[in-house]
Amino acid sequence: MNELYSLTIKKASEKLEAGEITSTQLTEAVFLRIEKVEPKVGAYITLCKEKALEMARVSDERRKAGKVLSMLDGIPIAVKDLFLTKGIKTTAGSKILEDFVPINESTVTKRLWDAGAVLIGKTNLDQFAMGSTTETSAYKTSKEFDSTTRNPWDTDRVPGGSSGGSAAAVSADLCIAAVGTDTGGSIRQPASHCGITGLKPTYGRVSRYATIAMASSLDQAGPMTKTVEDAAILLETIAGHDKYDSTSSEEKVPDYFKALSKNIKGKKVGIPAEFFGEGLDKEVESIVKSGIDKLKELGAEIIPISMPMVKYALAVYYILMPAEVSSNLARYDGIRYGLSTIKKQETRNNNQTLEEVYIQSRTEGFGAEAKRRIMLGSYVLSAGYYDAYCKKALKVRTLVKKEFEKAFEKVDLIITPVSPSVAFKFGEKISDPLSMYLSDIMTVPINPAGIPAISVPAGFVETDGKKLPVGMQIIGPMWGEQEILNVGYAFQEATKHHLEKPEL
Amino acid sequence: MPKINIDQIEHIAKLSKLELTEDEKELYAGQLSSVLEYFEQLNEVNTENVEPTANVTGLSNVWRDDEIEESGIKHDEIAKNAPEFKDGNFVVPGVFE
Repeated sequence: MNELYSLTIKKASEKLEAGEITSTQLTEAVFLRIEKVEPKVGAYITLCKEKALEMARVSDERRKAGKVLSMLDGIPIAVKDLFLTKGIKTTAGSKILEDFVPINESTVTKRLWDAGAVLIGKTNLDQFAMGSTTETSAYKTSKEFDSTTRNPWDTDRVPGGSSGGSAAAVSADLCIAAVGTDTGGSIRQPASHCGITGLKPTYGRVSRYATIAMASSLDQAGPMTKTVEDAAILLETIAGHDKYDSTSSEEKVPDYFKALSKNIKGKKVGIPAEFFGEGLDKEVESIVKSGIDKLKELGAEIIPISMPMVKYALAVYYILMPAEVSSNLARYDGIRYGLSTIKKQETRNNNQTLEEVYIQSRTEGFGAEAKRRIMLGSYVLSAGYYDAYCKKALKVRTLVKKEFEKAFEKVDLIITPVSPSVAFKFGEKISDPLSMYLSDIMTVPINPAGIPAISVPAGFVETDGKKLPVGMQIIGPMWGEQEILNVGYAFQEATKHHLEKPEL
Repeated sequence: MPKINIDQIEHIAKLSKLELTEDEKELYAGQLSSVLEYFEQLNEVNTENVEPTANVTGLSNVWRDDEIEESGIKHDEIAKNAPEFKDGNFVVPGVFE
């Protein structure tokens, strides 16, 4: 019964259905694993053991009564601490929401619980999803290292970000699966660094209601799982129109899991030269190229393409995202919730003005990266600079989007690396923001274009006696989730990288 | 050269409702300056006659019927997260002097 924590959604669901295991046993196994491994990895800000066991018990009763809700019924899931979970502290990784307990539930998590899934806890993340290493979190969840989350494959390294906690949890079998969010690569990059599967859906595929907003025109929630099959199962559950999110699409949700096909013969796969140039680590390049060769073996047609606009996407992203951030984070003002310097009426004897409440609450509550991006956003939106930065970026965004559309007239999918390197060592990039931003170069073009992309484990680089995972990014046209899931599925049926586990 | 000077960073901090120490002003001014320098490359791109894209979905004017729906949220729940809440109102320092 010990290894139950290493199951996938698919296998666990089969065993539950066959009566071989119960959700209670599965959930207990995961928590035993957490007790052993979590002090080192530090994936979770909040653990919900009591609630989890209660949800597992209820799931088991449902099963006994023949009222199973879905394949996810009884499956323990980890949730990035950016999704509002009613009654359960939600911090966004920031001090400003240290004691915030939501009074409503995000649509994404509501759909998980309605499907019968079990909540293990809320995972660590870069503060307000701002970062690529989880280092900007205000919460030092790794007790052993007294730091933010560590990479299970090499605990001297970061798990990636911003969904680093979710990635580490899946990688270290501290959950069966997880959900994260992706604005510029925050699902795909940590998935790559932690050797798991992570998918960012088409913008509008998944509701953003009650998911703490970073950049409203770029954010999307998505699955972070051990396999592509599991990603398909999770995506099906959370996707679909939501009346509380008017940017969510009425586009029908396919049966992604049932429709999975590993036949990719004749699929046209585009390889853009611009993603394989200067700055890409040679070993990472070699692994991704082997992945492409494998797809060719499986019958795909490899077509070199050129995407000259894509290199401007990073600048576009780092102008538009902070602009939207500065607007979205204005709500944290110390008035209705969150850290506040308003003194209790009984002890009020200061003359704090309203403005001072805003300024002091925000200054005390926000971390450095949050402040940096809010200020960058305020600047590019401000009078005198709006045209030069924001308006220009919005126009270049159109060109980037159009370039992808044109490429998809010639090819079915595009394959690139996820990151120019393997996971950084702790502290390596945190004092050089621009250098940190530049590492996002391969994931950021996808979000402004609104298209879907998945990262699948493609191999390992050996360094200092450690194996460091490398992911391969599969990009599809808008609403092309099935297409990219199929290629990922075909790849995983023919390779074993995703089956490897870190030594912990 | 869009280097951000101390005056500008003070102005931006004010817009952002943030207070910076003298050291922070120097640090952020430098960091933001190098990021803005990176943005200069967008000037290489010809965007004449290109429409801006603010929204990729193509959706516009998503309507709903003007019907009231109960949120189910009670005042005492709201009060729990509020720094000060009285008789169904958030208590704040005076808006006007």
